[in-house]
Amino acid sequence: MKRIVYREWLVEPQRYWGLLAMLAGVIAVGGLSALYMEHEGHWVTGMTNSVVWGTPHVFAVFLIIAASGALNVASIGTVFDKVAYKPLARLSGLLAVALLVGGLLVLVLDLGRPDRLLVAMTTYNFSSIFAWNIFLYSGFAAIVIGYLWTMAERKGNHLQKPVGTFAFLWRLALTTGTGSIFGFLVGREAYDTAILAPLFVVMSFAYGLAIYILVLFYAFDADGRPIGQAMLKRLKNLLGLFVAAVLYFTLVYHLTKLYGAKNSDIEAFLLINGGLYTALFWVGWVLIGGLIPLGIVYHPELSKQRDWIATASALVVAGGLAAMYVIIIGSQAYPQEMFPGHTVIQFGAPGDVGGRVAPYSPSFPELLLGLGGVGVALLITAVGIRVLQFLPESLADRDVDPHASARHA
Amino acid sequence: MRIRPAQRRSLRPALSGEAVSEASESMKNESEPTNQGRRDFLGAAAGLTAAAVAPGMVLHTVDSEAAAPTGGVSDAHRWGLLVDTSKCADGCTACVDACDQENGLNLQSQPLGDDELKWQNQRATWIRKVKLQDNLTGQVTNLPLMCQHCEHPPCVDVCPTGASFKRADGIVMVDRHTCIGCRYCMMACPYKARSFIHEQVDQKLTRAPRGKGCVESCNLCAHRLDTGDISTACADACSAEGHQALVFGDLKDPTGPLRQALAKKPNRQIRQDLGLNTGVRYAGI
Repeated sequence: MKRIVYREWLVEPQRYWGLLAMLAGVIAVGGLSALYMEHEGHWVTGMTNSVVWGTPHVFAVFLIIAASGALNVASIGTVFDKVAYKPLARLSGLLAVALLVGGLLVLVLDLGRPDRLLVAMTTYNFSSIFAWNIFLYSGFAAIVIGYLWTMAERKGNHLQKPVGTFAFLWRLALTTGTGSIFGFLVGREAYDTAILAPLFVVMSFAYGLAIYILVLFYAFDADGRPIGQAMLKRLKNLLGLFVAAVLYFTLVYHLTKLYGAKNSDIEAFLLINGGLYTALFWVGWVLIGGLIPLGIVYHPELSKQRDWIATASALVVAGGLAAMYVIIIGSQAYPQEMFPGHTVIQFGAPGDVGGRVAPYSPSFPELLLGLGGVGVALLITAVGIRVLQFLPESLADRDVDPHASARHA
Repeated sequence: MRIRPAQRRSLRPALSGEAVSEASESMKNESEPTNQGRRDFLGAAAGLTAAAVAPGMVLHTVDSEAAAPTGGVSDAHRWGLLVDTSKCADGCTACVDACDQENGLNLQSQPLGDDELKWQNQRATWIRKVKLQDNLTGQVTNLPLMCQHCEHPPCVDVCPTGASFKRADGIVMVDRHTCIGCRYCMMACPYKARSFIHEQVDQKLTRAPRGKGCVESCNLCAHRLDTGDISTACADACSAEGHQALVFGDLKDPTGPLRQALAKKPNRQIRQDLGLNTGVRYAGI
């Protein structure tokens, strides 16, 4: 294998600055939305005392789990010694930090009192998985930055394996922690199950890799760097594996719930009569985010084409957002069951939802704040690859895989 | 800079009263004749200021005496409620109204432009009237539902900053100084007992402070208990209506009214399966 040469992103200045301007615009609109919601109060959002976490959480949780998933590519190279993945590692680390920052910003700006962030950073309740996550998130960013240093600095190269292994274990803890935010909630029927933690881990694998593939393809396309057929195959096979794993864990999650008679109502809601949530589950989560991408990446012809692999990745991202919407909002909209064997006729004042499905429709500011977080993640990535040497000059098979040419011959 | 003892001694006279009076005397000699008008004005102003401030000071003193705590919260008590659903009248909202009055919940105003039904689901509610129908028998039951003041409250477990806390006397409440408005406690509460303040608060009561962006819920009228008044607005209102469906008292006092009532009526906890050991118990469900 040749020595890997990394180069700054050599896209033409107009295109680069145009991209930055567009992302800055998205971020500015997201920031203004946050300011508006903060100034007016959350009444301007679709959120209520029934659906307390809205669209910003959908984006924030998606970005945070995708962040840890994006690091997988680096881990496969460092921890599992797959040489072909090594040139992909730097972008993997950068994307992980960028997505995390974007997700955390959305999370923080959706707080009722974001001005009290300092309180959250100085006053801890260690029985809260949320408090643990503050350490898991900030620790993740610090470790990945250290990991990137071991990749880029020759003096630190020998530390790459231990630091990379530590980062890998840390990211598993992080996603387990994020899944547990929901899994440990005993009072809501759709949660209260440990399987949410591993489900979130495999979701992070799939979403993180899908975003990684999209960013890699775009960046390589923009300044004409080659990606070899073997590399494409490797990436799409990995995506297929992760997407299949998400479907498997989704199946087990619902089977677990279906087995207990007490959960039959919430299962009927999610799978059969939940309206938008049922549609998002079947069409978004399962079909768009699962079966169609699987069909593409295992199709004998389509799976060889870069555009189709990119399409599959984009579908996985869309399906992931749908899955987050169902998990976060659908599960809250479903009424909490407090009185088994009874029908709730009235629950407080009219409109105060208790016994029936709570209405929720996302407001524009919520959506724009979420997109602002995506903008932040992409801006960090764009600037990062432009000014530092994150991208390998070539991912052509002969450059990354010593056995590729022998195989193709 | 370190000052040696000798230097300290030399500094002392300059700060003493003698030295100051000498200095002012010498200044007076050099100045123009005393302006008597100015002195009168200053005297009058001082008198007026004293007259204006003194009543406030006095009132403050009286007020703080009235609100003096009864010696801190201890675990000698655990406050709780028994709800006898057979006595809870259909259509009666006395407990809800009393709670609204007591805790300033009636002062909340719907933001201009907010949808009426959405607002009903956004405004803070500490206690709700719930009507249930038994799926088998069709029997209808009414009950008030509020924070159940769990011994093992999920809201306290999940709060990242510890703002959601349990007092020694079993009352579960929110410290509004450390609540960051993350709403994780609302996700965790099995009773939908908590409310987030979605709007700007214009009016509030001193005993029930409230602010946009924080979470709150029933605190068993802690302000009453802390001044020695062993009662809650909801239970008082229910008694005043003649229903006696709510009995408030100390779960730790075997001879108290609550324990006596609990001993007489078979009762249970809502979501007893969770093992939270709630402070609020229900008879007849």
